[in-house]
Amino acid sequence: MKIGIVRFPGSNCDQDCYRAVDEGIGAEAVYLWHKSHDLEGCHAILLPGGFSYGDHLRAGAIARFSPIMREVIAFARDGGPVLGICNGFQILCEAGLLPGALVRNDSLRFRSHPVRVRVERTDTPFTSKYDDGDVLRMPIAHGEGQYVADQRVIDALEGERRVIFRYVDELGQPAEEANPNGSVRNIAGICDEGRRVVGLMPHPERVVSKLLGTDGLGVFHSLIEFLQATGGTAKQVAEAGDGPGTEAAEAAEASTP
Amino acid sequence: MRFEIEIRVTPREGIVDPEGQTIGQALGNLGYSGVHHVKAGRLVRFELDADDADEAKSSVDRMCEELIANPVIERYEVQIASPETASP
Repeated sequence: MKIGIVRFPGSNCDQDCYRAVDEGIGAEAVYLWHKSHDLEGCHAILLPGGFSYGDHLRAGAIARFSPIMREVIAFARDGGPVLGICNGFQILCEAGLLPGALVRNDSLRFRSHPVRVRVERTDTPFTSKYDDGDVLRMPIAHGEGQYVADQRVIDALEGERRVIFRYVDELGQPAEEANPNGSVRNIAGICDEGRRVVGLMPHPERVVSKLLGTDGLGVFHSLIEFLQATGGTAKQVAEAGDGPGTEAAEAAEASTP
Repeated sequence: MRFEIEIRVTPREGIVDPEGQTIGQALGNLGYSGVHHVKAGRLVRFELDADDADEAKSSVDRMCEELIANPVIERYEVQIASPETASP
């Protein structure tokens, strides 16, 4: 199973993501350049944190038009798992793969410190290794992490249980003091309707070692378990299932006028 | 024809505007009383070649919807200065 980590100009958590996959869980990781049109057969895509394109205009607004994003959007529509962390979450929202938007923290300050988040749902490719209600310690590091959306969207997210992570206090409650950025309903992470595209502001890839904590490892272990169970997207399973047959089909297709 | 385009992007009604709020607070702290509802936004200005004002307007609207504003959180206003009114 191969995990692709997209590198935009200004990404700065790409190496952490690589290590989380490579050293953290011993899976294959590859970097994907933002100008590429090829996902190189990756079975899942990570959009790392950082300041893609200097956060100009709005965070994630320019990255969303990178050549690779066309492929990522097609991959997601095909049911491929995509995880956006921090700036990656902002990009997923700008690209329309996730609803809502992330605006300036209500404190107007860049917040860089550990937070607690509660796992609200475990039947996603990125949370299956956790238990419902688990409280994780992860760092945040963002200036624009305040999740906002229309009331209609919020109601739909809550109604369909698409809030995946919520900021909570030491008692596991979504208290106002536990909310680092003013996000509506203490939302720290959400998923799309198909539950394959997940975005979150905290950084699971920074807590995958004994030294710094291991609460984030579950995200990556969950992904591998999901990929091993499904074998990738339907298209990838079809292609992997019958190599020569696929070649023959391609040859037949190529010879068709 | 070349048109001068000015786009003002501001937070949509109901969307929190912490920057505007902070400016308002700071003005209060400086002793400027009576300041209410401060909104902070972005100004984008450029020149655009188009056949006429209608074409320029529809083109700029598409630019705003696609890139310059995020309709989820922002609204935009466009001002187009025609060649007659624009400085050479």
